[in-house]
Order: sequence, then structure tokens, then C-alpha cells
Amino acid sequence: MSVEYKTTFASIDDYNKGGVQMVSGNIKDYVFSNVYEVAANAAPYERIVVAKNLVYTLESCRAEGESPWYTCAHDEFAIAFDYDIEVHYIKMDDTSFIDDEKDGSFRLDGKPAGQYMGKITLNRGHQALLPEKVAYSFKAAKPATLVLQAILGDESTEKWNDICLT
Amino acid sequence: MTNLTALVNNEQTGYQNFSAGSFTFRRDEYFAYIDYPGGEYVMPIDAFLKALMRDIAWGFFYGTVNFDNVFGTTNHYGNVDMFIGSMNEEYVNNGKDFMENFPSEELMEIFQAMLSDWTIEGFDPFAAPQETGTAWGPKNGNNDEAISRTRQVAQRMIGIPGDTEVRSDETGYTVNRHFKDVDQSQPVVDAEPGFEDQIHGFNLWAHLSRSDVTWNPSIVSICKQSLLCPTTEEYILPVEHGNDRVEWFVQVSDEIIWDIKDGKSSKPRASLVMRAGDVACMPADIRHQGYSPKRSMLIVWENGSPEIMDKIKDGTVPRVGVEF
Repeated sequence: MSVEYKTTFASIDDYNKGGVQMVSGNIKDYVFSNVYEVAANAAPYERIVVAKNLVYTLESCRAEGESPWYTCAHDEFAIAFDYDIEVHYIKMDDTSFIDDEKDGSFRLDGKPAGQYMGKITLNRGHQALLPEKVAYSFKAAKPATLVLQAILGDESTEKWNDICLT
Repeated sequence: MTNLTALVNNEQTGYQNFSAGSFTFRRDEYFAYIDYPGGEYVMPIDAFLKALMRDIAWGFFYGTVNFDNVFGTTNHYGNVDMFIGSMNEEYVNNGKDFMENFPSEELMEIFQAMLSDWTIEGFDPFAAPQETGTAWGPKNGNNDEAISRTRQVAQRMIGIPGDTEVRSDETGYTVNRHFKDVDQSQPVVDAEPGFEDQIHGFNLWAHLSRSDVTWNPSIVSICKQSLLCPTTEEYILPVEHGNDRVEWFVQVSDEIIWDIKDGKSSKPRASLVMRAGDVACMPADIRHQGYSPKRSMLIVWENGSPEIMDKIKDGTVPRVGVEF
């Protein structure tokens, strides 16, 4: 018999979280959360750390409307996990204020001066490069889940007790 | 003492024996026999070859690769322990465990030769069970093409000019039978003149839908030492991976059930059911094995920092990802 397989994805407004059946130990050891649930309960563009390994992070972010402008001394990456998200880029005239030793992204004071580089429109599963020392901003017409491969920085928020199984 | 060593007739089957230190490996039509100074250990040949394939492909990986709850290897990054029972409480408590250390390159060479000789035509140890022939029977050719596949490793990000290519029909990666419904569109990149090679995006889910292997992460993007290593999974992870550092999983699609045991004793600890969007951390003192009822997409997220190696060596590596 031929089977038509259905791949099950999820979204900020339709997810079915799993869980942990414990035999021994502490459920907190597994730091179990869900990126859609985290985004669903977040403020727009609040970057909530869902995975952390020393300084490195994966952050779940609720994309909704237009974000502030950000930049970073190193590359970061963004993945759209459900709905459309635009990423806009500006090559800044002045990057001398960026500290090469500073990890993580930080917010800029408004739209920076520079050349508009273009935009990428991401749909579910699309990944974009957020190049080092380039200003970027997100835009989403409706709430969407954005997952960032990043490093703990000024914009990162940790609220493990609120997001994890305990 | 009665000789309990299995009778293996290489003249009849056509396979070779392999030796590494005090270990000798033999196979017949159905089983692998591992002889060591304490006796002989037997594994089904299909399970053995699938585990051996991962141990080779991952370069002995991070920590311990348990082929099952008795035999395996532990990576010390430059040298590697091969053991019988060292991660099994009953073997250890009764003094039946045995371990020998090897230079990694030396053992890798032996493992590669064994995998090449023992993998017959039509059997692909990387493939899901429904996508390959069987490992059983006498020597019948080889499948060196399948077992010599190397995992795709981006230097910065998949698809950037000069970096690893995005999978496509043209590059020989067709959409897997379980992912025919996965959208194959690429992101719309509207770059201003002069910036075409500076902004970049690709469809990661489509890229994954074209993976031709199971339980074998590739690297798609690198943020300093942060490695995003997605993979597709189907049936059973052929090894119990014993962590020497924390490891994070993000389930992208479908469902995986993770069986978690104590890293040293193999006593059961927990079962995790991960569905789309779920994030979980594997602690540094456990072993884990996944069951994926349908081919699913999983992001394995690793930290390749040398700092972790130092912490493992001096015993200060964090046991859990986050304390809260």
C-alpha cells in the first residue's frame, strides 16, 4: 500500500508540546520548553533564551510589527519557524562604535545612517544570515516565531522558571 | 576451561577478521563477535554495522558511543577507549569489564577497514530500514560508496558562495519519501545592486527534506563555536550516545521519543517526548537513544569550543545546561 506521509510542523497559534516522564532525577535537568509557546507568551521582539551552552544561545522571539534596529560584532542567524518575516539590512556608514570583543546583539538608537542593502522575506523553515557589523531589522504582518542562533547579549532575556517544565 | 568462542567459518562466508590490541572482531552471516581477554561478546551484525558507521562518521563523537549497553568507545580527543562493560554497572561491579586505549587514528583505520569488508552490496548503514537492503548473508561485494559519505559541514552558512551547497535535485539530493509535502520554495532575496553576495538565506527545512542519511547531523551555520547541526531521523538512533558535555535538541517536525539512561550505570532516568518546537537539553552525565516513528527533522545544537575540552579534562564541565 502506498502511504502519503504528512509532516507535522507547528506554529505560534497551533502547537502540541511534548513532555518528560521521569524515572529518577530532576525534570529541570532537561530544560524543556517549546519555541512556539515561548513566542506566543512574549512581548514583540523580546529575545528569550531557550537553549544556552556557556555563552552561546538559541533564542525564541515573537516577531510582530516592526522591530528596532540591531547590530552585532559577529554573525548571527535567524530562522522563521512558522509565518512570514522580513529581514531588512543596512550597511552602516559608521561601525567604529562596535566593540569587536562584545558578544551578542545590541539595539541601535533608531534607524542607522547608511546604505540600504535589501531585504529577505522568510517563510516557514527559511534561514537568514545576519552578517557581522550590519544593521538589521525584522518586520512581520502577524505574530510569528523567529529562532536566533546567537550569543548571550544585551537583548537576551533568561526566564527559565517561566518557560521550562518544573 | 571449555572454549566458548563461536565457530566462525571465514572460508565459507568470505569475511575477514580484524584485530585491535586485545580485541578481535569476527562476523558471520548474522552476528558480530567481539573477543576480548574476558570472553566473547555478540551483537546482531546489522546493529553493529549501523553503530560502527556512526562512530566512524562522527570521528568517535563527543563522549561515549555505546553500540549497546555493553560495547562501545569513549573519545578523549586524540586517543580513544574501546571497552566491554565499562559503562555497565553489572560488568563493573563484578569485575568483568575490559577497556583498552588506542590512538584515535589507529583505531579509526581498523574500524574503517572492518566496515568496508563487512558491509555488503545493497546494505547502507546510514539509511532507514525501509530504504536499504539487509546486512545479512555471506560476503557479497561492498557498499563503499554509501559508507564513505562525509557529512556536510558549512564554514559559515550553507549556500553562501564558496561554502557548502544547498541540497537539490541537481546536486543529487532528492526529496525523501516522508517529506514530499515539505515546501521547497526559497526565501525571496531582494538585494540592492552591489549587495547581492552580502545578504543570504535558504530554505533549511527543504534542505533537510533532502537528507539522504539518518541520525547523522550536518552543520549548516556557525556562530563562532556555536554549531547548528540539523539532521533527519527515522526508526532508532543506532547507538546510545553517552554525553561528556550538555547537548541541546530542537525538534523541528513530527516526534521523537528519547530514552534517557544514566551515563555510567545505564539505569533508566527518563523518557522525553519531543514534538515540533520542543527544546530539551541532554545533561552531561546521561546516555540517550532516540526513536522516531516517522522521518522527522531535528536540530542538534553543539558547542565546539576548545574551552569545553579543557573543562572536560579538569572535571569542571557543567552537568546541566542551565541551573534554575
